[in-house]
Amino acid sequence: MAMIVAMTVLLEPTEKERMRNPNEIVAEALAAIRGCQDLPVLEQVKTRFLGKQGALTELLKSLGGMSPDERKSAGARINEAKQAVEAALKMRRDALQEAELECRLKEETIDVTLPGRGRGRGGLHPVTRTLDRIEKLFFSMGFEVAHGPEIETDFYNFTALNIPEDHPARAMHDTFYLQNGKLLRTHTSPVQVHYMQEHEPPFRIIAPGRVYRCDSDVTHTPMFHQVEGLWVDETASFADLKGVLADFMRRFFEQDDLKVRFRPSFFPFTEPSAEMDIGCVICQGSGCRVCSHTGWLEVLGCGMVHPNVFKHVNVDPEQYLGFAFGLGVERLAMLRYGVDDLRLFFENDLRFLAQFK
Amino acid sequence: MQFPESWLRTLVNPQLSTAELAHRLTMAGLEVEAIETAAPPFAGVVVAEVLAVEPHPDADRLRVCKVNVGEAEPLQIVCGAPNVAVGQKVPCARVGAKLPQMEIRQAKVRGVESAGMLCGAGEIGLEDKVDGLLVLPADAPVGTDIRSYLLLDDKLVTLKLTPNRADCLSLVGLAREVAAITGTKAYLPSQAPVMKEIYDTLELDVQAKDACPRYLGRIIKGINAKAQTPAWMAMRLERSGIRTISAPVDITNYVLLELGQPMHAFDLAKLRGGIQVRWAKSGEKIALLSEQTAELADDMLVIADGSGPVALAGIMGGAATAVGLETVDILLEAAYFSPEAIAGRARRLGLSTDSSHRFERGVDYAGTQMAMERATKLVLEICGGQPGTVIGETGKLPKHEPIRLRIQRVARVLGMDIPAAKIKDYLQRLGLAVKEEGDALLATPPSYRFDLAIEEDLIEELARLHGYDQIEARAPRAPALMLPQEETRIEQARVRDYLADRDYQEVISYSFVDPDWEAALSGGVAPLALQNPIASQMAAMRTTLWGGLLNALTHNLNRQQTRVRLFELGRAYLQDASGLRQPMRLAGLCYGPAFDEQWGVAARLVDFYDVKSDIEQLPGAVLEFAQAAHPALHPGQTAQLMLNAQPVGWLGTLHHKLAQKFDLPAAPILFELELDALAVAALPRHRAIGRFPSMRRDLAFLVDADLAASTLLATMREASEPIVQQLEIFDLYQGQGIPAGKKSLAFRIVMQDTERTLTEPEVEAAVAKIAEAVISRHGAKLRA
Repeated sequence: MAMIVAMTVLLEPTEKERMRNPNEIVAEALAAIRGCQDLPVLEQVKTRFLGKQGALTELLKSLGGMSPDERKSAGARINEAKQAVEAALKMRRDALQEAELECRLKEETIDVTLPGRGRGRGGLHPVTRTLDRIEKLFFSMGFEVAHGPEIETDFYNFTALNIPEDHPARAMHDTFYLQNGKLLRTHTSPVQVHYMQEHEPPFRIIAPGRVYRCDSDVTHTPMFHQVEGLWVDETASFADLKGVLADFMRRFFEQDDLKVRFRPSFFPFTEPSAEMDIGCVICQGSGCRVCSHTGWLEVLGCGMVHPNVFKHVNVDPEQYLGFAFGLGVERLAMLRYGVDDLRLFFENDLRFLAQFK
Repeated sequence: MQFPESWLRTLVNPQLSTAELAHRLTMAGLEVEAIETAAPPFAGVVVAEVLAVEPHPDADRLRVCKVNVGEAEPLQIVCGAPNVAVGQKVPCARVGAKLPQMEIRQAKVRGVESAGMLCGAGEIGLEDKVDGLLVLPADAPVGTDIRSYLLLDDKLVTLKLTPNRADCLSLVGLAREVAAITGTKAYLPSQAPVMKEIYDTLELDVQAKDACPRYLGRIIKGINAKAQTPAWMAMRLERSGIRTISAPVDITNYVLLELGQPMHAFDLAKLRGGIQVRWAKSGEKIALLSEQTAELADDMLVIADGSGPVALAGIMGGAATAVGLETVDILLEAAYFSPEAIAGRARRLGLSTDSSHRFERGVDYAGTQMAMERATKLVLEICGGQPGTVIGETGKLPKHEPIRLRIQRVARVLGMDIPAAKIKDYLQRLGLAVKEEGDALLATPPSYRFDLAIEEDLIEELARLHGYDQIEARAPRAPALMLPQEETRIEQARVRDYLADRDYQEVISYSFVDPDWEAALSGGVAPLALQNPIASQMAAMRTTLWGGLLNALTHNLNRQQTRVRLFELGRAYLQDASGLRQPMRLAGLCYGPAFDEQWGVAARLVDFYDVKSDIEQLPGAVLEFAQAAHPALHPGQTAQLMLNAQPVGWLGTLHHKLAQKFDLPAAPILFELELDALAVAALPRHRAIGRFPSMRRDLAFLVDADLAASTLLATMREASEPIVQQLEIFDLYQGQGIPAGKKSLAFRIVMQDTERTLTEPEVEAAVAKIAEAVISRHGAKLRA
């Protein structure tokens, strides 16, 4: 209430002010400006002193009745006074604007620690994540991705891969048969056959996908994923096979000094055949449950393409050599992410899956 | 294959520790799976002789024994075993002995001093076969440490042999292999022919000569089948995982293990007439030793007598002619059956025997005679009896042809040179006969190697003996060419990432599903059925990915999840008139609140349009949505996805009936589409941006509530002048001010010309034309 009274008092210049000394007016104006607490009032103060009927304007008007000499010196003094008032007004205006902005910013302040709103983010299955990683690594070495059917014929899954009927190796496969006589592929190797039937060497491919074995217990699920690899050209050798796979494992586990070893093994569709072991990535070779205290982990089977496989697809084994490998995706995923139960991959429990976002 | 190391070491004894030998075997392709010790650790047990047995003064069941442990004074030991007797040799745990389960101290047993314990087998970690003490052979030397006497530090080695190495399914075979790997000499058993003592023979008729190129038999009369199997033989059998049964049977098993030749003994008295080797007649039956009865097919080889089949050749003998404890005369059989004649049969009958395992993979056809002599000798030694002559028929045995091995080829395949002399040495160590022929070698495999037939087989052997780790890994060389990159092709990874970013979690579910659910979800499409499913609820190949998604939904709802958004990318398996198809599908499921519960966003359930938007924004082709019906979906909330007027998928709310069937509290929104439909997008093509201002006009119509928005839009597009650039729905309103059965739809029309600024009259005319078309065609009312 006191403010309003003060403002009213300030509004109109008095008769006495019009006739007064500019210095007095300036002193009075500065006091009024200092007293201003917001911009509209400041504008009113400006009008009172500098407006059309303002105190200083009136003084200027009075110059008309003065001699040239008087006018000159009085004019200079009035102008000085005017500048002083204007400067004070500007300063006060800037300060008030600053304060007003300050106030607005303060009012607009929010709690930035509250969570953001809207949609969340899902994620990929860890097997997909592992497959992506495998594909990227091989892609960087010029491997293309090939796909093949999951319901296969006996020919593609076995015969063309040098596994004739009644071969003891078939017993290792625990095949699912369909009532139409076809079967669910037990490995991704048949993709080799499809691909070679349709393409001329040289080529290098990987074939990722689902495979099926009629087996279900703590360490087996009836469906799992493999990635098949095949490199065929005129110079491929066992030394190359070792080079590619050692390189892959070191990149996959991001461990340049990862130990690898190759052991003779048997697959009907490769010869020489090998199992590849890597130094245990869990215990770094000191021995743990995962590597059965051997310090080694069996990670894949591989070998040079068997000439009989080439013959089935009309590739001349004298001209071309090739190597092939098949790796288990879940196995690599388990080792990479420390998953200790294979079955988790297919329960699709969100609390498990969400860990791989 | 399991065997005791001590047995192998009698045949070949390289200067390597057990661990070193195991490593060498593993690195040569004979993977050592396990090494166990014959008995758990214990100490302080010696061979003792029982000198006297007196009753215990205070206990009926206890005896006070005096035993000699090889010291001046006998020990007094209180013993509770029922079988203790004077003169026995038994294990004695002396004071201070540490047994697997206890420590022995000087003690008073019911008031009588006892300086140790006489042991049963169980007390020293062996299998208990009798109630009481382990009675040792009479010649067991008193005072000897029992661990060394019974070879209890012996290691039991288990190999994981690959199917190509049948030759290593015997101790002799393993010894040969160890000799080759380590360069040590092997001392293999040999057996001179046993002279006949009687003239008894049997008529033999090998009809299936190709399947059985060699069949040998020998009659031995007057044996004692109850004879005790010698301890050394029993130990070797048991440590190889074979139970002892009776001396004649143990002997045939022993020869199988030692030489790799499966043998069989018939009770001669139970054979009716001569022996035939022939194919079974379809439907013929035989009661087997395993107490199963097998119904035979005509591709199964049998040994038959006048009454019918008496053995499944190479697989298992028959029960009717089996050797028992009362048997006096036997017919010993050793044969070579070709792998093709045996392979797969046992498995078809649900059998797997040591014999079939070997014959399927190949038995040394040059070893039949020797095995017969070895078995005969053992029978005579252990069971007595008089041997007859060996009767037999030999037809066309396999012949291993020489293999040409080019030295150059070895280097090409392996990527490293092995000197020719070394190659020759390796091959000879493996028993191949080697001849030089220019730049190549001619190598003939021995009769026991069925896996060596072509050049690559030999290259593998060389690599194996040389050591895979000796082949230096190298980076392959290939032309540095780029791979094609189809810009308009939508990668699966892109689709996956998109959905994950739209708050969907990827799942991977089994390709086989519950046939009942599948029938309900597919509306009666018959799924492909598995012959041998792992479980009845996994017996059908999925025709839609929805079953797996609903399974995952249920699993998660049962685990306190309330908001579930899933997708899967995988194949469906369809058999129809056009044949078998395995298309890649993309399917999704949304259930529960549209958003995670959060501040500042009102909670609401996810609905059709939320999911529709997710599909509309999918990378790749732009799909259209047509009102349609699907048996698994809500009849009023189902859209068929269309691409170029072809159906490519479905979007809709699960039918309430099915939600109930699956025990779901509410119906999820589902979608599924052919991934191929998305696969190709258009390559972007630049068009000039209009430089003149665009004009916007809005129109709102009152129409029948069931009139499809797409129908209205189609009418409007048809009536649009070329200047109309955009035609979009921006509001739907029903409620206050709108009559029942009606709805208000508001459209935004944006007009522009690339050449000039539009005039007011032409804009008004274009809008009026559109409004007119809608009003006249659909009886719509223009709202102010």
